[in-house]
Amino acid sequence: MEEKFVMSMLVKNEAGVLTRVSSLFGRRNFNIDSLSVGETLDRAVSRITITAFGDEYVKRQIQLQLEKLHDVIVVKSMNACDCVTRELLLIKVNVAQGNRSEVMEAIAIFRAKVIDITTTSLTVEITGEHSKCNAFLEYLRPFGIVELCRTGVTAIARGSDILEITTKEDKEKEN
Amino acid sequence: MKIKGAKIIIETLLEQGVDTVFGYPGGSVLTIYDELFKYSDKIKHITTCHEQGATHAADGYARATGKTGVVIATSGPGATNLVTGIAAAYLDSTPMVAITGNVPQNLIGRDSFQEVDICGITMPITKHNYIVKDIKKLANVIREAFVIANSGRPGPVLIDVPKDIQIAEAEFENKSKIDEDIVYTNGAKALSTALEIIKSCQRPYIYAGGGVTISNAAEELKAFANIIDAPIGTSMMGLTAVEATNPKFLGMTGMHGTYAANKIMSECDLIVAIGTRFSDRATGNKKEFINGKKVLHIDIDPAEIGKNIPAYVSLVGDVKTVLSNLVQLLNPIKRSDWEERVEQIKNCPDSHLDMDKTRLNPQSVIETVNKYAKDSVIVTDVGQHQMWTAQYYKFPKPRTFITSGGLGAMGFGLGAAIGAAVGTKYKTVLFTSDGSFHMNLNEMATAVSNNLPVVIVVLNNNALGMVRQWQTLFFESRYSCTSLCRQTNYVKLAEAFGMSGQKITQMCELEKAVEESFLHNGPYLIEAVIDSDEKVLPMIPPNGTINDIILKG
Repeated sequence: MEEKFVMSMLVKNEAGVLTRVSSLFGRRNFNIDSLSVGETLDRAVSRITITAFGDEYVKRQIQLQLEKLHDVIVVKSMNACDCVTRELLLIKVNVAQGNRSEVMEAIAIFRAKVIDITTTSLTVEITGEHSKCNAFLEYLRPFGIVELCRTGVTAIARGSDILEITTKEDKEKEN
Repeated sequence: MKIKGAKIIIETLLEQGVDTVFGYPGGSVLTIYDELFKYSDKIKHITTCHEQGATHAADGYARATGKTGVVIATSGPGATNLVTGIAAAYLDSTPMVAITGNVPQNLIGRDSFQEVDICGITMPITKHNYIVKDIKKLANVIREAFVIANSGRPGPVLIDVPKDIQIAEAEFENKSKIDEDIVYTNGAKALSTALEIIKSCQRPYIYAGGGVTISNAAEELKAFANIIDAPIGTSMMGLTAVEATNPKFLGMTGMHGTYAANKIMSECDLIVAIGTRFSDRATGNKKEFINGKKVLHIDIDPAEIGKNIPAYVSLVGDVKTVLSNLVQLLNPIKRSDWEERVEQIKNCPDSHLDMDKTRLNPQSVIETVNKYAKDSVIVTDVGQHQMWTAQYYKFPKPRTFITSGGLGAMGFGLGAAIGAAVGTKYKTVLFTSDGSFHMNLNEMATAVSNNLPVVIVVLNNNALGMVRQWQTLFFESRYSCTSLCRQTNYVKLAEAFGMSGQKITQMCELEKAVEESFLHNGPYLIEAVIDSDEKVLPMIPPNGTINDIILKG
């Protein structure tokens, strides 16, 4: 069954790593839905979160092929019910037609934040799950969204489970 | 002591035990070549006519010897000319280290003369690649490249070294070679399931691939086949895994595999796939291929498990280690009914197709060379002649067959044969064709200048035979652009390059020509003129099954 899934990985923070990871998707005919990347506590290591679409086969192949890359340290397929996912959107809405109050109401309901304002526009920040962000976006659409920035999804596991560099000994234990 | 980057490159190559490199000089590798000049007593450099020939040579050298092939090229066109050779090595899992020069760092990104982003270009066809931007990292990058090229599933690694890094100096201390390999462990459950299905199956079939040769596991494979009493079919890359005379050996499976290997595979209930990726050319229709069978997949690359064919159970690891472990855990099993059926199929007429021997034909040419060649390495280009060689040549031991299997690169052969001859210092045979040979025949000059014992057999059918065969079978004989009408005089061409050669057109000339080529010191060319419509048979059409097999032309 095809479904959306999240893949988190730790990679060496070196030039070209992102290209290696993203070009692997192209080469193997997998589509990336969204991608976000940033440094971790250890500056030598970055964390990449990718959301993609596919069945079990695609999910498994993506993970195994990513693990073959020399610069990829660890890859984990995140289970949707065991992780928290967030996305950040910056939205510029047209409020020239006197619809400011309606937009403000939506901002309150969705717990978004106004971060900039002019007489004709509002710039709004919202973080949340993909579906919440989409719902907010759909509500605002009729008012006239003039610009939209999305960061892509980032994800973290719930509970004490952490994504960390596994050593050879750890892998043996798993087996 | 501080030494120059170029000298660090040579010193680290020596650490890795490299004594032969292939390449082509140029502006961005001048400093490296200057060091090669000074180290010429320790490292032999073979200069080819074209960088593509140099990568194929490094590839052929690596496949024939089991060592790492090393190739050096300059920036820009030098680097891009390596691409086909690197891709061929990648798809056939050859350990290779390619070193390219690049323009100095202050010129990178400005579209400078002979500047190209070779790391970007080769990213999808290397296991890993580097651009060295810090002289202090150079030595360790080269050491690491050799480890990556050889560990796990082997493959090519490229190191791009800007010119200023070659000139810059850094402290250098020799280190001993690191022999590090990835150790894989399989869960107890996988192993017990594997043992269980081996014991409980009725009709096991071993499907061996190139991984068996790479892992030097020929003896373990034979022991395993004997203990579980299973016949062995191979992919093209796996052809030398067992000697052709072995009673368990059925030949090649797949599109142009033997009737016996394909038929017996279709009747088995367990496929033990060893060091193979189930290429589409080997499986045909994947659903029918697997129909009702269990697959035990043994491979060192975890990503191969279930990639093309789902595995019932898999054992990930070095083939040699996994097989010797299995052999220890199993007691000999006898399967008389299956053995009898296998013998019956093996001995049926369809399993032994012969060509029309009243005229000069590829089978006779290959069989005659086979008589003289003994332990020679046999190299091919790509096309009909490649399949005929795979079908009719009786390979005596591992690493005696070098061919571009995964990439299927026409023009691979002559370079690879040069590399194999340099590596083995022994008579090497190249089977090629008028199509493939015309792609890189310039390397005859390299064979001559190094007086390499390469016998080149050009099976000339005046056509791009394999494409023509498909046009005959699937495109109602519309021979679009495959009738060559070339007027090349191969013997004169060979002579122009400083070689000897002869042309044969009839069966009666064959034996003498082959004998002469083997007595000859140095490179020699035989042009054997064959019929344009000689076909590669049997053939299972793409996405087909054993029921679709074409046995007659």
